[in-house]
Amino acid sequence: MKWRRIKAIVVKESLQIVRDPRSLMIVLLIPLLQMFMLGYGVNLDVQHIPLCVHDREGSQASQGLLHQFAASPYFSLQAPMGSDAEIRKSLDSGRCNLAIVIPAGFSKGLADNGGGSVQALLDATDSNTANIAANYARSVVAAYSAGVQMEFIRNRGGTVQTLTPVDMQARVWFNEDLVSRNFIVPGIVALVMAIVGAQLTSLTIAREWERGTMELLISTPVQPMELMIGKLLPYFLVGMVDASICLALAVFWFEVPFRGTLTALFLTTGLFLTVVLCIGYYVSVAIRSQVGASQVALLLTMLPTTLLSGFTFPIDQMPPAVQAVTYIVSARYYVTIIKALFLKGSAWTALLAPILCLALYALVMVFFASRAFRKTLD
Amino acid sequence: MSACAAVAIEVDGLEKRFGALTAVAGLSFSVRPGEIFGLVGPDGAGKTTAMRMLASVMRPDAGRIVIDGIDVLASPEQAKSHISYMPQRFGLYEDLTVDENIRFYADLFDVPARVWQARAEKLLAAADMTPFRRRLAGQLSGGMKQKLGLACSLVHTPKVLLLDEPTTGVDPLSRREFWQILYSLRSEGVAMLISTAYLDEAERCDRIAMLNAGTMMYCDTPAALKERMPGAMLEIITPDPRAAHDAVRGLPGVRGVLMVGTGIHVHVDSGERRTQIAAALTAAGIGIESLEEVAPSIEDLFLALLEQDGAGEGG
Ligand SMILES: Nc1ncnc2c1ncn2[C@@H]1O[C@H](COP(=O)(O)OP(=O)(O)OP(=O)(O)O)[C@@H](O)[C@H]1O
Ligand SMILES: [Mg+2]
Repeated sequence: MKWRRIKAIVVKESLQIVRDPRSLMIVLLIPLLQMFMLGYGVNLDVQHIPLCVHDREGSQASQGLLHQFAASPYFSLQAPMGSDAEIRKSLDSGRCNLAIVIPAGFSKGLADNGGGSVQALLDATDSNTANIAANYARSVVAAYSAGVQMEFIRNRGGTVQTLTPVDMQARVWFNEDLVSRNFIVPGIVALVMAIVGAQLTSLTIAREWERGTMELLISTPVQPMELMIGKLLPYFLVGMVDASICLALAVFWFEVPFRGTLTALFLTTGLFLTVVLCIGYYVSVAIRSQVGASQVALLLTMLPTTLLSGFTFPIDQMPPAVQAVTYIVSARYYVTIIKALFLKGSAWTALLAPILCLALYALVMVFFASRAFRKTLD
Repeated sequence: MSACAAVAIEVDGLEKRFGALTAVAGLSFSVRPGEIFGLVGPDGAGKTTAMRMLASVMRPDAGRIVIDGIDVLASPEQAKSHISYMPQRFGLYEDLTVDENIRFYADLFDVPARVWQARAEKLLAAADMTPFRRRLAGQLSGGMKQKLGLACSLVHTPKVLLLDEPTTGVDPLSRREFWQILYSLRSEGVAMLISTAYLDEAERCDRIAMLNAGTMMYCDTPAALKERMPGAMLEIITPDPRAAHDAVRGLPGVRGVLMVGTGIHVHVDSGERRTQIAAALTAAGIGIESLEEVAPSIEDLFLALLEQDGAGEGG
C-alpha cells in the first residue's frame, strides 16, 4: 500500500466534490432539512391518555387530586372503578393506559405530615407512551403535592425539608422536562447520519463505472485498499461536518440537553459514520449504476435505522426473533450511545459495551468494503 | 517473425467467451519492442476484448499473455506497471484539468515528480496543448481529449502501449500529431498495439492483424498483405459512383466493388478486364473521367480477403 496513491485519490475525489457545488450544497442542506422535518414531524407528545382511577378513600383530599387529573389536557378521565380487579380488566382490554389508585389512608397521611403515596399502574405495551404518561401523571401529582405542602406550611408552620411530599411510585427517568422530543431528537441525528453517510459514498464507485473512468483506473497499479481509503477519507470529512450540523441543531435549536462529553460524542459518531460510509461504498461496488446504488443504500440504512434501532420502537418490546436481528443493525448501538450521552450523560465505562460493539462493527465493515472491489470488468 | 528478436508482447491461444458468443477465439501473435502492431476488423470483431485481456482488466477463458517477460495471468498487478492502456471510451476525469489528470496518473504509477513534470512538458508540447494545461478535460475538443489520454498514459514511460481506436473522431491535424508521438515512441523501443477503424492508419503500422469474429485471418506487413491480394484493383473516377457501382457489379471477372468518394474501386481477377469494364460503363451511359490500375488500399484488401470467405491462411 502506497500513501502517495491514497493521497492522489483523496486529492482527485476532493477536487471532484468541490467542483460540483450543487451536490455539495445538497450534501450539506439535506441533513438540515431532514433534521427539521423529522424533528417536528415525529412528535410523540401524547394527549388524552385514557385514565382510570380507583379511589379507595373517597375523601375530599383524594377527590382534589383526581380533579387535577381531570383538568389536565393530557388525560381523559374514565368512569371511576370500584375494585382492583376492575382496574386490571380495563388495563388489559386497553380501555385505559394508566390507572391511579389512591390508598385508603391517603388524607390521614396528608393531615399528619403533608406526605403520602399514590400508586400508578401503567400499560407498558407501548413503552414510549407509557413513559410519557407516567411522566405527565407524576407532574400532576407533583403539582398537587406542592399545593398541599404550601397549605400545610401555612396552617402548621415548619420547613419544606421536614415534609414528605406526595409521592408517585411509578417513575420515569432521564427526561425531567417531559418533552418527548428529547427522546426522539438524538435518534433522529442517528437516522439522518445513516441516510446521508451511505448516500455520500453510494455514488463514488458507480459514478466511475457510468462515466467510463473505471476501465482506465483499474488498468493502473492502484490497489483496492488504496482506492477505498482514498475515496472514504474526503467523505468522512464531509460526513463529520454533516454530523456536526445535526448535533448542533439538536442542542441549540431543539434544545435537547447534552450531558455527555464531546470526545465521546465525536468518537462514537466517527465510528458510526465509518460504518455507514462503508455500507454506501459496498453498495456502490456491487451495483454499478448511480441511481440503483443510491436507492439500495437508502433502503439499507433508512429501514433498519427507523424500525430496528430502538429509535422509534423500543427493542425490548419486540418479539425475540426481531430482537435478535437488531444486533446486526449498527444504528442500534449508536442510538443507545447517543441517547445515553444526551440524556443521561453516561460515563465511558457505562457505555463500553455498545462502543466496543460499534468499533467492532466498523472494523468488520472496513474489512468487507476493502475486499469487495475487484479490478476487473467481468 | 524472426525468432531471435526480443518480444514485448506475446499472446498465445487467447480466448474469451460471453455466454454462447465467442468474442475472441484462439488469438496468437507477438509484438517486438519498437513495433507498431495494428489490429483491424469490423465492429464486434473482438479488438476491444483482446485489448482488455492484454491490459488485464478482463480475464481470458484460455490462453497465455506474456508482457515484457511477465506472465500477465499469473501476476496482473506486476504487469500493469509496465503497460499503458487507453480504452476505446474516454477514460479521464472531465471535471479535472489537463494538469490534474496527468498528475493523478503520475501519482498512481509512482513516477518521481521531476520525471513526470519534464515528461508532461514535452508530451503536451508535442501535442500542441501547452496553452490548455489549466482547462478542464471535459471542455477539450475530441482530438485534444485523445491527445491528453495519450499524454496521461505516457507519463510513466511504459514498455507496452495498448491503444483502442485512439483516433476515432479525431481531426486530421490532431491525428497527425498523435502519430508523430507514436513514431517517436517507436524509436524509444516501446511496443504498441493499436486497433483502428481507419484503414489508412493501418497502413502506417509495421504489421497488421485482421480480426474477424474473434479469429485472426491475416497477419503480416501491409505491403506483404497487399501483394497477397490476387488480381488487380481498378480505380474509376466518375460523376455518378452509385450508378457505376451498380453497373459494374456482377460483370464477369469482377470480384468486388467499393465506393470511394469520387468514384469506385473495382477488384478484378486481372488488369486485362479494364477495356471490358470501360465498355460496359459507356454502354450504360455513365461518364468516365479516369480509369487506372492502382495499388490496393488496406480497405480494398480487407474486403477482398473477406470475399474469399475466410478461406485464407491464418496469421
Ligand atoms: N462485456 C460483454 N458482455 C457480453 N458481450 C460482449 C461484452 N463485450 C463485448 N461483447 C461482445 O463481444 C464481441 C466483440 O466485441 P468487441 O467490443 O471486442 O469488438 P470490437 O472489435 O472492439 O468492436 P468495435 O469496433 O465496435 O469497437 C461483440 O459481439 C460484443 O457484442
Ligand atoms: Mg472496440
